[in-house]
Amino acid sequence: MAVEWYLVLSAMLFAIGATGVLLRRSPLVVLLCLELMLNAGNLALLAFARSTGTQDGQVFALVVMVVAACEVVVGLGLIVAMFRRRVPLNVDELRGLKG
Amino acid sequence: MSATGFAWLVLIFPLAGSILIGLGYRRWSGRTAGLIGTGAIALSFASSIGAFVVMLGEPEDARQLTSTAWDYATSVGLDIQLGILVDPLSVVMCLVVSGVSMLIHLYASAYMVSDQGYTRFFAYLNFFVFSMLLLVLAGNFVLLVVGWAFVGFASYALISFWYRRNTATTAGMKAFVINVIGDIGLVLAAFLIFREFGAFDYLTVFEEAPSHFDPDSGTIVAICLLLLVGAFAKSAQLPLHTWLPDAMEGPTPVSALIHAATMVTAGVYLIARMHPLFELAPTAADIAAFGGLATLIVAATIALVVTDLKRIIAYSTMSQIGYMIVAVSIGAYTAGIFHLMTHAFFKALLFMAAGSIIAAMAGNQNIDRMAGFRKAMPFTSFTLIVGALALAGFPLMSGFFSKDEIMVFAAERGGMYWIFAIGGYAAAFLTAFYAFRIGFRVVLGDPCPEAKELEEGHLHHGEHANPVTGEMEDTEVGFPGSEHHIAERAPGMKIAMAVLAFLSIVAGVFQLPGITDSIEEFLAGSFEDSALFHIVPSDESAYLGLLVGGFLSIAGIGLAYLAYVRRPGLTGRLRSRMEGVHGFLQHKWYFDEIIDFLVYRPVIRIGQFFNNVIERVLVDGIVSATVGAVREVGLLVRGAQSGFVRAYALLVLGGFAALALYFLVVSS
Repeated sequence: MAVEWYLVLSAMLFAIGATGVLLRRSPLVVLLCLELMLNAGNLALLAFARSTGTQDGQVFALVVMVVAACEVVVGLGLIVAMFRRRVPLNVDELRGLKG
Repeated sequence: MSATGFAWLVLIFPLAGSILIGLGYRRWSGRTAGLIGTGAIALSFASSIGAFVVMLGEPEDARQLTSTAWDYATSVGLDIQLGILVDPLSVVMCLVVSGVSMLIHLYASAYMVSDQGYTRFFAYLNFFVFSMLLLVLAGNFVLLVVGWAFVGFASYALISFWYRRNTATTAGMKAFVINVIGDIGLVLAAFLIFREFGAFDYLTVFEEAPSHFDPDSGTIVAICLLLLVGAFAKSAQLPLHTWLPDAMEGPTPVSALIHAATMVTAGVYLIARMHPLFELAPTAADIAAFGGLATLIVAATIALVVTDLKRIIAYSTMSQIGYMIVAVSIGAYTAGIFHLMTHAFFKALLFMAAGSIIAAMAGNQNIDRMAGFRKAMPFTSFTLIVGALALAGFPLMSGFFSKDEIMVFAAERGGMYWIFAIGGYAAAFLTAFYAFRIGFRVVLGDPCPEAKELEEGHLHHGEHANPVTGEMEDTEVGFPGSEHHIAERAPGMKIAMAVLAFLSIVAGVFQLPGITDSIEEFLAGSFEDSALFHIVPSDESAYLGLLVGGFLSIAGIGLAYLAYVRRPGLTGRLRSRMEGVHGFLQHKWYFDEIIDFLVYRPVIRIGQFFNNVIERVLVDGIVSATVGAVREVGLLVRGAQSGFVRAYALLVLGGFAALALYFLVVSS
């Protein structure tokens, strides 16, 4: 199969993730959408790796997965902490960093 | 042991003494520190004698020895050794410095005993002796500068020894600042020498100098003038002399050691040591000689009117060093060094006697208040008179032979140099007068209350007050102790003064014209390459000079006798008749005021200008403009920080998309 199809799928997944990040207010869903964007990137990397027959893309994908795992740990930890402290789980209300 | 081995020992003992006293300052109680200090200097003196004896055994042309301990700094084209030069000149200086220092240490170990800072005093004092010997023995310019700066520091520390006295600390700073001006001159001279010769070694420089420079060419004159700045600052010569009278704020043993016998003669030593350079630059040598002449006359006139006992002796020191500077500048090296030696003896003696009298006066230094100590303090009075006689050049005393030899040499060179002979003799007359202004007023006359009290067996205890300002003081550390000792009651002081009195009387025998000449013969090892050294006045002219000097001395003493003993009102009438002259002299020729006007105020003005214009407007302006710009930009961009996470995400995505678009457009 041609690499374009994989890229189209990847772009769609990325767009869905980005839309989710922009539109949803729940931090949990925002986090999920971020994962979606990362994995869209992974898909593109792997597709290119396959089409060129080199290993570089696969290595990158592995690195991205590690980063994603770390990010989830931190992000979920934050969300759980916010929940326990009864902070509203709504990103629009978390405006403490306003300049 | 070789002469250089002894020379190293000369250096090591005072250094070890200083460290030992300084490190163990909590442990040394009572007079221990004084004993250690005196012992260290005594060992140093013994080593000097050792070096001297070994050197006498050497043939005359093998008396310039160098020795290197280790490489001090080695780099490309630079090779500085921690090396000493031992030759007749440095050995004579070592003998004088360590010998007189030993006696002054002995004196001080008794004199300062009530002082709370006793241990600190001896640590400083030993450090000073080490520095001075380092200066004298240095074999290259770097080590010379090191020793030069060390003695400057030691002088500062000891002038300000009573550090809770404001007058003392200011005097110390003044001395230090003026000495640093001299240091700068010396360092610049060393740099110039290095530029010309690529070496710092004395012997290399002296050997190459005659072929390197045309006589009186610009560079060598510049080098010598810079050296002179150093010499004049250290030796308190016009116009860098104003620190020396103020330095009398220090304890009396310090005045005797540093500001009479040793450190202030460093300038004389420097010129004598650099004689191969100065002989290539006769212009600079003549400038030095005229500077010395001006100093010896000006200082002698000021000494006529000052009323502070120690300051009179300080001005006398300046004047006598003026003689030495004249001597070594016109080529009378033997006479200069000989006078340096005898001066060290009688001036140290005068200071010691003065210290003893000031102790009896409970710290008061005004000679108008002193009178009639001959019965109360017979020994001190005797030594004071001996010192004054030697200073005045009374026939057969040591000062008689050394001083007149300078004038005879000046006359022998003839021409312009007659000025030095005439000026020198004129000042010699003044010297005799002011020497006995002290002598007669302190010793003769009706006893003052303090002297009377002492005759009854009580040492006068005054209130503890600053002798200059009259402010009240206590006797804790940082102030003088509760009482200083008088020679009559302290054997250590008595021994030191007796030895110096003996030397002041007989030291002339080292150099009787045509009879002994031993100093000249010994110093030949250092100076035989000099053309001027071989100008030797005939014995007839030498004795004629002595005759003139002796006559002037007796005349001066006679005039002082007339003015202060026979007709005590005479000086008062003279003063009221010549108000202007007296005021002029009382203000020390207005040198402090002139320096204040020419140097201090312009510097302050420039400082104010830089503060008001450069600092306030320019530097502050740049800083506050930067701060303002950063603040404005911050205000501008803070609007973007809305706090909406989703807005940030939009910005990131939008920016990323824009970048991607840009690259797409560019690449296609």
